[in-house]
Order: sequence, then structure tokens, then C-alpha cells
Amino acid sequence: MTYTPSLIPLAAVLISMLGTIPIMLSDRRPNLRESWTLLIAVGKFLLVASMLPSVLAGGGFTFTLFEVIPGVPIALKVDPLGMFFALVASFLWICTSAYSIGYMRTLQEHAQTRYFASFALAISATIGVAFSANLLTMYLFYEVLSLSTYPLVTHEQNAEARRSGRKYLTYILGTSIGFALPAIIITYSIAGTLDFTAGGILAGKASPALLGLILCLFVAGFAKSGIMPFHGWLPAAMVAPTPVSSFLHGVAVVKVGVFSIVRVILDIFGPDLLRSLDYGVILSYFVCITILVASLVALTQDNLKRRLAYSTVGQLSYIVLGVALLTPSGMTGGVLHIAMHAFGKITLFLCAGAIYVASHKKYISQMDGLGRQMPITFGAFFLGALSIIGLPPLGGFISKWNLVIGAVEADQLPILIILLCSSLLNAAYFLPIIYRAFFAQPAAGVEPTIKEAPIFCLVPLCVTAIGSVVLFFYPDVFLRLVKLAILN
Amino acid sequence: MSGLTAEIVAKYNYWLYVILMMVGLYAMIGKRNLVKKLLGMNIFQTAIILFYVSMGVKRDAGIPIVNKYEVLKNGIDAATVVNPLPHVLMLTAIVVSVSVTGVALAVMLRIYREYGTLEEDEILEKIGK
Amino acid sequence: MSTPTNLHLYILAAPLVTAFVLNLLGRISRAWVMPLTLGPLAFSTIGSIMLLGQVLSEGGFSYTVGNWKPPFGIELLVDPLSALMLVLISGVALTATVSALPWVEREHPGSEHLFFTLYLILIAGLMGLVLTADAFNLYVLLEITSITSYGLIAMGKGRAPLASFNYIIMGSIGACFYLLGVGYLYILTGSLNMADIAAIVKTLPQSAALATAFAFAMVGLWVKMALFPLHGWLPNAYSLAPTGAGLLFAPLMTKVTIYLMIRVILNLFTPEYVFFSHPLVQSGVVWAAAIGIVCASSLALAQRDLRRMLTYILIAEVGYMVGGFWLANAQGMTGAILHIFNDAVMTLCLFLAAAAIASRTGSLSFENLRGLYKTMPVTMAAFTLGAFSIIGVPPTCGFFSKWYLLQGAVQAEQWGFLAALLFSSLVNAIMLFRIFELAYFSDDHGDHHAGDHSHHAPAVQEAPLPMLAPLVLTAAALLVIGLGTGPLVQVIRQVLPQFF
Repeated sequence: MTYTPSLIPLAAVLISMLGTIPIMLSDRRPNLRESWTLLIAVGKFLLVASMLPSVLAGGGFTFTLFEVIPGVPIALKVDPLGMFFALVASFLWICTSAYSIGYMRTLQEHAQTRYFASFALAISATIGVAFSANLLTMYLFYEVLSLSTYPLVTHEQNAEARRSGRKYLTYILGTSIGFALPAIIITYSIAGTLDFTAGGILAGKASPALLGLILCLFVAGFAKSGIMPFHGWLPAAMVAPTPVSSFLHGVAVVKVGVFSIVRVILDIFGPDLLRSLDYGVILSYFVCITILVASLVALTQDNLKRRLAYSTVGQLSYIVLGVALLTPSGMTGGVLHIAMHAFGKITLFLCAGAIYVASHKKYISQMDGLGRQMPITFGAFFLGALSIIGLPPLGGFISKWNLVIGAVEADQLPILIILLCSSLLNAAYFLPIIYRAFFAQPAAGVEPTIKEAPIFCLVPLCVTAIGSVVLFFYPDVFLRLVKLAILN
Repeated sequence: MSGLTAEIVAKYNYWLYVILMMVGLYAMIGKRNLVKKLLGMNIFQTAIILFYVSMGVKRDAGIPIVNKYEVLKNGIDAATVVNPLPHVLMLTAIVVSVSVTGVALAVMLRIYREYGTLEEDEILEKIGK
Repeated sequence: MSTPTNLHLYILAAPLVTAFVLNLLGRISRAWVMPLTLGPLAFSTIGSIMLLGQVLSEGGFSYTVGNWKPPFGIELLVDPLSALMLVLISGVALTATVSALPWVEREHPGSEHLFFTLYLILIAGLMGLVLTADAFNLYVLLEITSITSYGLIAMGKGRAPLASFNYIIMGSIGACFYLLGVGYLYILTGSLNMADIAAIVKTLPQSAALATAFAFAMVGLWVKMALFPLHGWLPNAYSLAPTGAGLLFAPLMTKVTIYLMIRVILNLFTPEYVFFSHPLVQSGVVWAAAIGIVCASSLALAQRDLRRMLTYILIAEVGYMVGGFWLANAQGMTGAILHIFNDAVMTLCLFLAAAAIASRTGSLSFENLRGLYKTMPVTMAAFTLGAFSIIGVPPTCGFFSKWYLLQGAVQAEQWGFLAALLFSSLVNAIMLFRIFELAYFSDDHGDHHAGDHSHHAPAVQEAPLPMLAPLVLTAAALLVIGLGTGPLVQVIRQVLPQFF
């Protein structure tokens, strides 16, 4: 694979970071500000997409910014795996931006300028993680993302937001400084480089015990991936406005955590090394705990967003599980699940937000009969739920199917069973919501005046829901990117 | 034991300065009166000055004032004169210690005006109120 | 060695000479104060940048004052490190002074010229410390900086004179210890010139006298730099000092003393002797530094006043640099030297921000920080950046020196120090986010509902421009230095001995 130096990756990362300036300057003119937001979102997606053809053709781009530490520059690199993630994130950002406008305006939220500026910074950091050429750069953007999302999580600025903000930072910053940073430094000390290299950089450099320690530090350090026991921040972060929860805690932040772990597994350790040490299997069993426990906890949640949050915790571990199986299908399924889950989960969150906008209802128990008043929203919710459960004809089926094959390939029958159980659990916590919404009698006192959410909210969630369906029929682009990433 | 005594006697000047230094250090840290602390500091500095002065001294050596023409003709036996350099250095050190003492006294005046006492305990008590 | 120029002498002389001129002219008219403080500092800043350029392109040189040849004459050493330090000192002093001027006007009306006389002599003393290559001169200059700072601190209000007195006592103990160490060294080598002593030390057998000399010199410097547990004097002295003086002390005093420790190790006792003849001492110091970091960070956590909290962070940072340098490998030493620069700039940033906040709120106790993001957005943005640098968030410069320090710790297998660094980062994060929280969440305990508080948003009330401009500049410098770590490290590597 040859990488050509290019400014496009830099532009793709920076566009929204620099975009915070016009957004903040047009503080007093909301229409102009929102135009900027949308313009930047579309521009970012186009920049990312413009690099797609040559990545599919086996090429790639690099850009080196600063040589800060000998052999470890701050550098960007566009490879298939990064491209895959950037494509998903930048496309869904457009949907979320449009949705944010509808949501924030309808609810007359305060400090919208800060909200949109932080959001733009967060997406910059997300794309930065996707396009990082080495661990240092990735850590840099990872931290920028943690910090730029703090004002979003604590947007409400009330006591609960403060509490959640504390929890959020304690988990995210604590683990990244306490575990990920030392892991990166130990890696640099023994390997002499931090570049993401296909096949890994650690093979033959250290004893199995030390490698195991590094792997543990990495998995624990990237707590954004929500692997238990470091998942507690995600349900807490649900106090944020729903577009934040949908994009950041359904797509960007959590996927950045998982993506970082995938990067470490594929490009720092290398599948061969992990396979020879049997650490992959251990890791996959470890995340199975998260999958099952998170699904069980989700069953008990009455707050819709919290149920979705626990569902996210479980689904994220699918991705780690698939990659940790270290079989071709497993890895394909795992990486593919980044996209499939993103489309599905963002739909669900957007629906939850639309329900809140239209009816101010947060709890599932209050949603009896609501589906008849908001058919489009709940229809989309249904599609999203099916995708997460993993049923055809929705995108989630493809990734889960590959995961199942991967488990078979790896001769891990227990994992196969766990996957199936978990799918049943997924169905168990999603389908009752649909049932209540469409078939349960509305409770007395429910005002029949509730209508669908405004169009700015409705269109994005339809787009993502339809996206989930489209991904089932046309997963080609993503599949090819994933294959390229794994075959490397 | 006799070895130790011999050691002490042979280097009595160093032992003296060590004792002086300890006295000074104790006063600086142990005493609660600011004037006593300052005096301790002066004793401490004097001990170091003595240490420097005594290191330049040689047995049976004279003062380092010699006849220029004789030195130019015959050279000089270093053992016949004491080393003047440490003494000169101590002139600077004395200047430094006088300056520090001056500043300390001025600061003490301010403290006295503020609190009406120079006992540390009493000052702290007044601050606590 | 290139041809010596006198540029470095002018850099040093500018603040020294104008200090006395200022003292005279300032009595006549207060209008002289501003040009006569900013002028020489600006001159020194430009001069030291030129000097650095010259040193980097042509190599360092040594200068003998009055043309008395070493080892008899007084030698000044201009190498890349001292040239860099000159840039740091003059640059930081210039920036701090811009903000200090209005503060002095406010806190000491009528005696600005006296304040700035001491202030400029202090800066000249710091520059002299950086340049000198003579062990005894170092003592004298150390006392010049100390005496001026005693005076400056005593100008503060309330308990400041008492804090200054304690500082006098501790500072004198430190200086005297150092002087004793030099005395022993003189007995052993018969010289006071650093290079000369270093050459002789290499030939000396290991003796108790040499160890004593070293121990005294080191402990003396540690007291002066407030290495935990010898830090007792610092928090009061720095937090009670006049605001304008605190702006200069915090970024420079401890850092220059650490530079002196590095000089004394590298150019006086030689690293071979210091690090490798007593491995137990070496790892003992690293452990002591690690414990110091943990304790100082914990103490910082207990403070309820922003400036006091910052002084404890300062003490923890001293542990970073001392421990990092004593790791005795290239990474750790690079990290320690790099951290001198980074810490100076980030401390400056935080103290400038604290001063800017105090100019509006009056006090810096935590209660007064509520809602500051609304009323002072620019100040708080700069403060946030400085805080990120202290925590060690990339790409601010604080991250990169921490990176080298951590790497040095891994290489030296000093896990205690590694853990202490990480612990301190986390504690810093907790502390500073507590401040962010106070400043971010408004004062009405957050029981308001969405939408109804955009109407009564308090008006933006930023600090005056002379305090804001240097702050913003410093905050930007944090990023620039962070991204320019590569070149900076290359310069630092030139100073480290070859075998590291």
C-alpha cells in the first residue's frame, strides 16, 4: 500500500475545528450559525468522501504536521480502517447537525453557540482519531474529544449535569491518563516507534507477561469503549441533550474508544502475535461478560435513554469481541458492526429525542400508545431496533452474521451461544417498547394532541433508519474497506 | 577513644565551627523569638566564615604580603604564606550576610508594627483571631 | 568556540543598570516607571533571542570578565542551555511585567519605583545565575536574587512580612549549605571555576569529603527550590507576595534553581560522579521526588484558594524536574530540562490568569470563582489552556515534557516515579476541573430550567487589557512550544553529555 502526502486529511480534520470560529462569531445570529454548522458538516463529509476512491483502489494519504518526539510525529494517515470510520462518522454528523437544529430550537435550549462549537470540535477530534498515523496522534485527539464533550454532557448546567460531568471525566480522563498513557509510553520504550503498522510493532519485543500487561492497560485505558468495569460514564452521560447522546454516545465517542482498541489490536499488537499468545480468546471471553451483563441491566431500565445507553455498552463489546476472535469473519463482523451499530443506534437515539421534543416523555412506561400519534418516529425506532437485534433486512444482520461465523471459525462454541443469547436479550428489551407504543392502550390523561416532532428532527432519523436498510442491501463499500483493512 | 581525641584535637578548628553551626541552626529552627532566630542565622553564617578562614591557614605561614622584587627574583614557597583567596571570598560573604541581616531587621520592624510582638507564637495567635 | 561578543553582558546589564536609574528618576516622576521597566526587559529579550541564534549557529563560548583567564578570573558560560534560559527569563519577565505594572500601581501607589528597583535587580540576578561558571559567584548571585525577593515579598499585605521572614531563615540556611559545599570543594580542588573543578573532580578518589561537599551543595539548592519536604517557606511567601511579584517568582525562581542544580551536576561534580558512584543515592533521590510529588499534589487538593493551590502545584512540579533529572538517562534529563521551560510558561499562564481574575473578583478563594466562564470568557479560556498543560493534555507543552519524564521513568524502571507522575496528573485534573466546574456552573446552584436563563446572563467583564494581553499571549505560547517540542529537544540534547 502506498501513501501519498496530501493536505486533504488535514483539511478534513481541521475544517470543523476552524469552523468553531465562525460559529462563535455568529453568536447573535442563529440562522447564520446553523448555516455554518451545516456547511461545515457537508464540507467535511465531502472531504472525507473525496479520498474514498483512491483508498478503495489500495492507495492512501498521509500528512505529517510536527515532529515532536524523535520518530513520533503528529501525523495523519488515511488507511482503509480509518476511512471506514471517518466515513460513518462524518455522514452521521450531517444528520445529527440537522437534527440538533430542530431539537435545540424547539426546546429553546440555552447556550446554543457553545453547544454547536463544542460539537464541531468533537467531530474534528473524532476524524482526527480515525486518521491518526500513530498512537501519539491518536491519544492527542482522544483527549481533545474527551475535553470537548464535557461542555456538551454538562449542557444543562444543573446539579445532575454537574454530577454526571464529574463521573464522565473521572472515568474517561482517569483511565486515559492512568492506563492508556503509560501503555503508550511502555510501547514506545520497547518498540521504538508508535506508528500504526499492519501486522503490529510489538512482535518479539517483549515477554508475554509484559505484552499482556500492555494489552490490559490499553483495553482499560480506552474507557470510551465502555467495556465493563469502566462503562459507568455512559449511562451517566445521558443527561446531555439527546443529539449529543445520539451522536457522541452512539457514534463518535464510544466508537472512538472501540476504534482505538481495534487499532491497537490490529496495528500495534498484530493479530498473529495475539493469536500466538492466545490473548485474543481471553479478551473475547472478557468482553462477553459485558455483553451479557449490559443486556440484562438494559432490561431493567425504564428511562429510554438509559436503556439505550446500556444497549450501547453491550453492542460496543460485540465489536471488540469480533476483532479479538482474530478470525477473518470475526474481524470483519466486528469492524463492520462499528457502522451497522452506529446507524441503528443513532436512529434509536434520534427517535428518543424526537419523542422527548414532541411529548416531553422520557420513560418507557409513559409511552403507551404513543406510536399511533407518532407513527414515523416509532417506525424508524422499529427499524433501528431490528438492526441492533440483528435481523434481516437490516444492516445489523450482516455484522452479526459475520460475528457468528467468526465464532465458529475460532471453534469457540460458548461465544456462539452467548451471541445468540444476547440477541434474544436485545429483542427482549427493544420489542416491548414497540409493542407498548403501538398496541398498548394510552394511559388516562395522555393528551391526544401530541404530534410528530418538527421536520428538522424527523428527516434525519428517517435518513438513518433508511440507511440501516440500505446497508443491508448495499454493504459493498464498507465491506471492501473492511476487507482491505483486515487483509493488510 | 584516644584516636578520636587525637582526631578532634588535630582538627579542632573544624570541630569548633561545627559546634557553632549547630548552635546557629538550633536557634534558627528551634527558637520561637524572631530576634533569636536572626541571631542564630548570624552565628550560622559566622561559623561558615570561620570555616573558610581556617581552611586557608597553614602552620607557621605568614601573611600573604611579600616583597614583589624578591618574589620576581626567587619565586615563592607557597608554604610560607597563608592562602588569601578564602579570606577574600569571605569579605563578599560578610557583605551578603550583612545585607541579609539588614533586610531581615527591616522585615522584622514591619512585623513588629503589624503585630506589636516578635514572638512567633503570639503572632500566630493574633493571626488566628 | 566562536568569537566572544559582549551581547550577553548587555543583556545582563540592561535591567541591572536601569534598576538604579529607575530608583532615581522614579522619585521625580512616576511616568518613568513604565518605560524604564519594560525598556530594558524588551532589550534583554531581543538581545537574548539574538544571542540564542548566534549560539545555535556558531556554538557556545565562554567569556572571562575583565579578561582574567580562567581558572583565576570570573568566567561566564554561554552555551545553548544558558542562552535558552536567558530567552526564557527575559521573555517571561517581560510578559509578567506588563501585567505586573497595573498591579503595582494598585497595590503600592507611590512606591512603584522602589518595587521595580528590586524587581529589576532580581531579574538581573537570575540572568547572572544562568550565565555564571564560577561556583562562588553562583552563591553571591543566589543571595542577590534571594535578598531582592525577601524585600519584594515583605511588601505584601498582612502576613506577608512574616512569610518573608520565614523565607529569609530558610533561604539563608539553603545558601549557607551551598556555601559549605563549595568550601569543601575548594579544600579538595583549590579552585572555584566550574570547568576547572570538574576536571579535577574526575581525577579525585572517592572520598567522604567529596560526598559531603556534594551533599551540602545539593541540600542547599533543594531548600532554595522548595523540593518537598523542604518546601515549607514557599506557599505563604508566594501566595502572600504582592501580586506583581508573585507573577515573577512563580514561573522563574524555582525553575532557575533547578537549572542551577542541573549545572552543578553536569558542570561541577560531573554526572559520572553524581549518578554512578552512588546508585543508591540516585534512586533514593528519585523516590524522594516521587513522594514529594504525591504529597505536594495531595496538599494542593486541600487548598481552598486558587493562588495557594497553584503554589502547591508548583512544589509538585519541582519534584517532576528533580526526579526526572535524577533518573540519570537521556529521556529523563531531557524531560526535566524541557519541563523547566514548559513549567515556567504554564505557571506564568496560570498566575497571570489568577491575577486577571483577582482584578475583577478581588479574592481568589474558590467561592469567588463561580460563573467566571460567563463574565470573563477570554481569561477563563486562557486559564483552561494553562490548566490542560498542567494536567498534561496534548498538544499543550505540558504533555510533551511529561512524556519524556514518563519515558525516562520507564527506561530507568523507576515505577514509583512513574506512578507518582500519573497520580499527580490525575490529582491536577481533579483540582483544576473543580475550578472549571465552579466557573462553569452558575451561582444559582443550577436549579433553573432550560431556556429561561439566557435572559439574565451577566455582562461580560474582562480584565483590563494590560493583564489580558500577556495572558492570551502566554496561553498561545503553550501551544506553540508544545508543537515546537522537536526543535527544542534537539537544542537540549546538545547540552547533555555524550554518553547519555
